[in-house]
Amino acid sequence: MEVSFMSYILLAIILFSMGIIGVISRKNIFIVYMSLELMLNSINLMLVTLSKHFGNMDGQIMAMMVIAIAAAEAAIFLSLIVALYKLKHSINIDDYNTLKQKGTL
Amino acid sequence: MSNYLLAWIVLIPFVSSVILGISYLYSIKVKKISNKFFTFLALLAPMSSFVLGVGFFFGLKNGVSEYLYEPYTWLGVDNYIINMGFLGDKLSIFMVLFITFIGSMIHIYAAGYMKEDEGYGKFFAYFNLFVASMLLLVLANSPLIMFIGWEGVGLCSYLLIGFYFSEPLNVVAGNKAFIANRVGDFGFLVGILFLFVYVGKLGFSYGALEEYVGIVPNHILVIIGVSLFIGAMGKSAQIPLYVWLPDAMAGPTPVSALIHAATMVTAGVYMVARFHFIYDLIPSVGVFIAYIGAFSALYAAIIAMRQTDIKKILAYSTISQLGYMFIAVGLGAYSSGLFHVFTHAFFKALLFMGAGAIIIALHHEQNIFKMGGLRKRLPLIYIVMLVANLAISGIPPFAGFFSKDEILLKAYEHQEYLIYGIGLFTAALTSYYMFRFFFVTFEGKNYISKNLEPISASMKIPLVILAIGATFSGFVGLPEVFGGTNMIHQWLSNWSVDSTHVENFKEIVLMGISVAAGLIGIAVAYVKFFKYDFNQDIKESGIIYNKFYIDELIDFLIIRRVRQISVFVSVVVDDGIIDKTVMLLSSGFINLGRRVGRMQSANTRAYAFFMLIGLSSFSLYLIFKLG
Repeated sequence: MEVSFMSYILLAIILFSMGIIGVISRKNIFIVYMSLELMLNSINLMLVTLSKHFGNMDGQIMAMMVIAIAAAEAAIFLSLIVALYKLKHSINIDDYNTLKQKGTL
Repeated sequence: MSNYLLAWIVLIPFVSSVILGISYLYSIKVKKISNKFFTFLALLAPMSSFVLGVGFFFGLKNGVSEYLYEPYTWLGVDNYIINMGFLGDKLSIFMVLFITFIGSMIHIYAAGYMKEDEGYGKFFAYFNLFVASMLLLVLANSPLIMFIGWEGVGLCSYLLIGFYFSEPLNVVAGNKAFIANRVGDFGFLVGILFLFVYVGKLGFSYGALEEYVGIVPNHILVIIGVSLFIGAMGKSAQIPLYVWLPDAMAGPTPVSALIHAATMVTAGVYMVARFHFIYDLIPSVGVFIAYIGAFSALYAAIIAMRQTDIKKILAYSTISQLGYMFIAVGLGAYSSGLFHVFTHAFFKALLFMGAGAIIIALHHEQNIFKMGGLRKRLPLIYIVMLVANLAISGIPPFAGFFSKDEILLKAYEHQEYLIYGIGLFTAALTSYYMFRFFFVTFEGKNYISKNLEPISASMKIPLVILAIGATFSGFVGLPEVFGGTNMIHQWLSNWSVDSTHVENFKEIVLMGISVAAGLIGIAVAYVKFFKYDFNQDIKESGIIYNKFYIDELIDFLIIRRVRQISVFVSVVVDDGIIDKTVMLLSSGFINLGRRVGRMQSANTRAYAFFMLIGLSSFSLYLIFKLG
């Protein structure tokens, strides 16, 4: 069964939107992080699809790089979450509000 | 005499003033310095200047036409160049001689008068600064340098009027003098600037101005003449800027004698004589000056008739005598006016110093109706005051007779009969009010039983010297009708204009008339006030006693209006408009900031949402714009 080019794009858009909604609406920092990764991978999917469609390998190289960097980034992100948890004893991102304006001007 | 010594005439009192000021500060802050040191330093300065002045006098007498010393360029912008210059010609050396002579006398007197005062050193520091400024004023060789001295004497006058500054009224008097003088100075400055605009690039010394004054159009010359005269009005206390002088009597009496009678107030007369090359071209302004002088003379004499404060009487008589001087210089008889400046300096300084002695003797009593019977108790003061009164009343052979009579004669010769009449009438009034004061003080029966304060020798000696001067100084200007040679006219020949002389017989008759006017005044005063017993208080009311309500009028017309404008500007313009606008702007920024600040909620998800909106709108923009 031939899967059409448009359905890959549609899937990428759906994944990206899910990621955005996850980032905006969820409070658990792990879920937010997972949504971010979802957005990243939807972009990868888009790159690969377009690369295949246009017969140009640049997109696939780019996708490989994104995957490599995302792996490194995951290490940093998880260690940051650990540090944040030590500071606030919470994984709710609404508690990370140190920069909030206190009182009236 | 070397030219550079001219600068030292000014510099000696100036340096002395600076040293006195520093040592006074040292004396009050660190360690007390004896008054003898201050006295020595203070007296040295005017006397040294006097000696230098005499040297230059003989130099000029032996044929040197003028001394000029220009040490350096004071201001040089492109080809506008103002040199710091000192000019010693016959007029300025004439002024230097009597300023330093009278100044020395009054310094000696002040050493006695002020000896109890805490601010002894400060007083002499100001006094010598005044002498330096006055000498700079007369020795300057360009109007701008003259202006430095002109402002300097105004400053010293202010400082010395407010010398007893713990009394708020004295401070007000000082302010009044300064402000009235500022009005005059503004006129003077306008005059100088006009001159500068028209002839400045050809040079700005008196010599250059005299040479090129012809290129100034006549109507501009009239503006210059009137503006400069406004300066003279302020400094020499003529209508309408005379109001400060009576109040200036708040200062110590030596100050009144030196600054507000003998020297500073004659600066206006000197200035008109100095700019004679301008006033010679605009005789109509000259007549205007003469009329202002005549009316000031009459007006001040009328007010003086009803005053009770001894120093106020003398202050108004000063305004009156200055009026005579302006009659003379206005009519172009500069040497006659300067002759009166010269004799007036003697007898008016004498009057003030005598009055100061009385005030000291009576423990600072200034109301003449609380004095009386002083003839027997202060015989020396009685004699010198009699001399001074006869001099100011124009009784021959005392000094005032010759100079005043000459001015009246000039008015007659110029066929200004109205001025002549006013002058004559004022002469009668003058002798009346002077002898009123004299009889009440020395003969009146309002005997004071208080012990008199002794008067020190340093106050008596200058009185005697000046009394001799007030008697004989008139003879240097002996009228030719008496077979003498008028030495003042010879000396100031550049400043005397030949006019049609009346015949000798007529001149004698006119002299007789003016002497008669003086005698009538004395006679009236004698009838009314000799042996007069003032048991009842003198009536202190009436329009004349209140000086025609001029101070109140000025207060109503000018001061209150200015205050209203100030209040309007402060309340409506400043508070209402400017402040409101600024506050509105700033509160707008505060509100804006508060609103923008609310976006910084520290809500990470909100930030993400904003980012999403931003990125999407930017993407949409790119798509529709580029796609």
